Amino acid sequence: MNAQRKQRLTLVLVIVLGASVAVGLTAYALSQNINLFYSPSEIYMGEAPKDTRIRAGGMVVEGSIRRDPTSLRVEFDITDYAHATTVEYTGILPDLFREGQGIVAQGMLAADGRLIASEVLAKHDENYMPPEVAEALARAGKMPPMPEAAKGY
Amino acid sequence: MIPELGTFSTILALCLAVILSVVPMVGAYTGNKLWVDYARPLSKGVFFFLSIAMVCLAYAFLTNDFSVVYVANGSNTALPWYFKISAIWGGHEGSLLLWVWIQAVWTLAVAVKSRNLPLDIIGRVLSVMGMITAAFLLFILFTSSPFERFLPGYPMEGADLNPLLQDFGLIVHPPTLYMGYVGLSVAFSFAIAALLSGRLDAAWARWSRPWTNVAWAFLSLGIGLGSWWAYYELGWGGWWFWDPVENASLMPWLVATALIHSLAVTEKRGVFKSWTVLLAISAFCLSLLGTFLVRSGVLTSVHAFATDPERGLFILGMLIFVIGGSLLLYAIRAGSVKSESTFSLSSRESLLLVNNILLTVSCAMVLIGTLYPLVMDALNLGKISVGPPYFNALFVPIMSLMIVFMGIAAVSRWKNTEPSYLVKQLWLPAVLAILAGVISSYAYSGILEFWVTLGLTLAYWIVFSWMRDYWNRARNRDSLWAAVTKQSRSYYGMLLAHLGVAVLVVGVAMVSIFVEHRDARMVAGDQLEFRDYTFIFDGVRKVEGPNYTSDMGRIRVLYKGEPYRIMYPEKRIYTARGMSMTEVALDPGLFRDLYIAMGEELDNGAWAIRLQYKPFVRWLWLGALLMTAGGILSASDKRYRRQNNRAVAAA
Repeated sequence: MNAQRKQRLTLVLVIVLGASVAVGLTAYALSQNINLFYSPSEIYMGEAPKDTRIRAGGMVVEGSIRRDPTSLRVEFDITDYAHATTVEYTGILPDLFREGQGIVAQGMLAADGRLIASEVLAKHDENYMPPEVAEALARAGKMPPMPEAAKGY
Repeated sequence: MIPELGTFSTILALCLAVILSVVPMVGAYTGNKLWVDYARPLSKGVFFFLSIAMVCLAYAFLTNDFSVVYVANGSNTALPWYFKISAIWGGHEGSLLLWVWIQAVWTLAVAVKSRNLPLDIIGRVLSVMGMITAAFLLFILFTSSPFERFLPGYPMEGADLNPLLQDFGLIVHPPTLYMGYVGLSVAFSFAIAALLSGRLDAAWARWSRPWTNVAWAFLSLGIGLGSWWAYYELGWGGWWFWDPVENASLMPWLVATALIHSLAVTEKRGVFKSWTVLLAISAFCLSLLGTFLVRSGVLTSVHAFATDPERGLFILGMLIFVIGGSLLLYAIRAGSVKSESTFSLSSRESLLLVNNILLTVSCAMVLIGTLYPLVMDALNLGKISVGPPYFNALFVPIMSLMIVFMGIAAVSRWKNTEPSYLVKQLWLPAVLAILAGVISSYAYSGILEFWVTLGLTLAYWIVFSWMRDYWNRARNRDSLWAAVTKQSRSYYGMLLAHLGVAVLVVGVAMVSIFVEHRDARMVAGDQLEFRDYTFIFDGVRKVEGPNYTSDMGRIRVLYKGEPYRIMYPEKRIYTARGMSMTEVALDPGLFRDLYIAMGEELDNGAWAIRLQYKPFVRWLWLGALLMTAGGILSASDKRYRRQNNRAVAAA
């Protein structure tokens, strides 16, 4: 092997090594920071892990919003019309949060099966349904009919 | 009648764009000068007819023509006229029309501003731009025409523009961002033309530099405006969410930043040629990918309104065609490209290579984080989301490392720079930066917070190392006046842009670490204190707006016990859609913002209220503004014109 080839081989090895380290670190960071989505039925079946952050989504059950009279703590139920999960959240809910609206909550499951949410997301379009929620509803066979106006888009 | 005229002129523009993408290209190959000469008038024609289409759509909005589906879905008689105009790009169809109109603007600009380029090159460049225009026009006409009608019956009143979009931000953010996105097609077209002609030389880099700088400047400004808009409009005071749609604009920006640096090396030294071409291709492909991500509805995002698989499929097809085609061309041609000079391991070239590697790596990392959930979903491996911690964990170290190199590159020289020279030049800026960073971090907060100290040190490092470079250049001049005026505009542009990075870094570090917020339940008379400020809630009253009703809160703010000002956050209900919106009350300042947003009404007249103290948040957008100014200033350097002339004289 002549000197030039040797130099090239070293360069290639360095690049391969550098790239693998970068990919490894990225994969590690990724695996630490992904949040899996679970529907209320899956949570009810006990399929959701208790010790990591998860996302859960569904429709907010009518009449289920209970507020603490002295703080910003609020509890509500989300459902895929098969099962429901109680979500607890302290803070300001998004503008479009309301009963019957599809939302996604991010947080950890408590031992009693309630989701202690650190974030509640409702999208800024009144006809918008988070795709995860839409799919969870479709799987439970409970997809509500889309409102007329939504078809224009 | 008018909307049909719009469709008609869109079709005419398509016909001209198709001719533009064929005739000059064939002319350039066969050496038919007459055919190549068609490129300029055809570019003007495309621009003319697309402008007519834009005016037609604006007319439909201004006259409340609700027989047009797009107008009925995105406007309302009560909407003020300036929002009616900007509602043109408030939805999917119109924003595509804006996209292609801006493409026509860039094509026109290239046609008019490039009198000095060889004719066969300009013919090829305009042809490639014509192809892009034609593809997007096909997309508009087949899947998403904004001129489609409701027939026979149509609504008497429009559904109104999404209240979130009824804001100054909508007027400025999308056009600026698109100017940047689409402007990258110029660099792309120059690269493709150079590959096709086989003349990939320093002259090519010189032609495409000013265009790339301007596109990059607009992209920076567009992203900055988007961040500023999200900050005050969404009501929770964030300025960057690592939302997929934000990432879609950040990725082309990162690659475009690498591109403007790589172009500099190619122009000055004749090396990195094939790499530069690859960057130019990637930058535009990423902006197409961004369009695909935003417009196909595959994402869960604040921007993802339209969900129509057919549209996504069309853009995906176009994306595959553009990426595949240009990479194939690259694979065939790039092998024959030869470097014109060599450089040593310790030189400005190497340092700029490091800059390029770090920027592309960070872009790849953002790309992985953005596409990973889509891939997992497509493979049925579960629905996941990738959170901000992932992006922060990788992006912050890479960028910190890059800033270290940014300072070293400032004083380095082309071809070869002795490491001992770098040490001699930089030990003082380095020591000063660390001292200043530690002192100002401690002076601000009374503690040495790691990330803030690091951020401030890096910002000082940028400033001091570039000051060193400026001093090197200025010291040989006779007088201070000569030293200041004899530097070129492109040099001052570079200084401004790098200063912008320093300002941005200060903003990011300070606001990320020292932001303070309180979410409180308040009834009239309640008060809350933090950071020398006292906030007294005086209650809420009803206010009527043109197309909304509002609960307007009144909050008195005391600074160190003295009355400071009164702030009025609002909770609005937009009547047409019955949609509620938070209208934030802001007290902006160079060193801190006070930010008050109202949540929902609780029982017994209590309101949920969010109070935030955001130090140095304005510096984020100030940094983006400085970068924009820097990009434009350096593109306006007269040497680009002068050297173009010289190139012609030599030919």
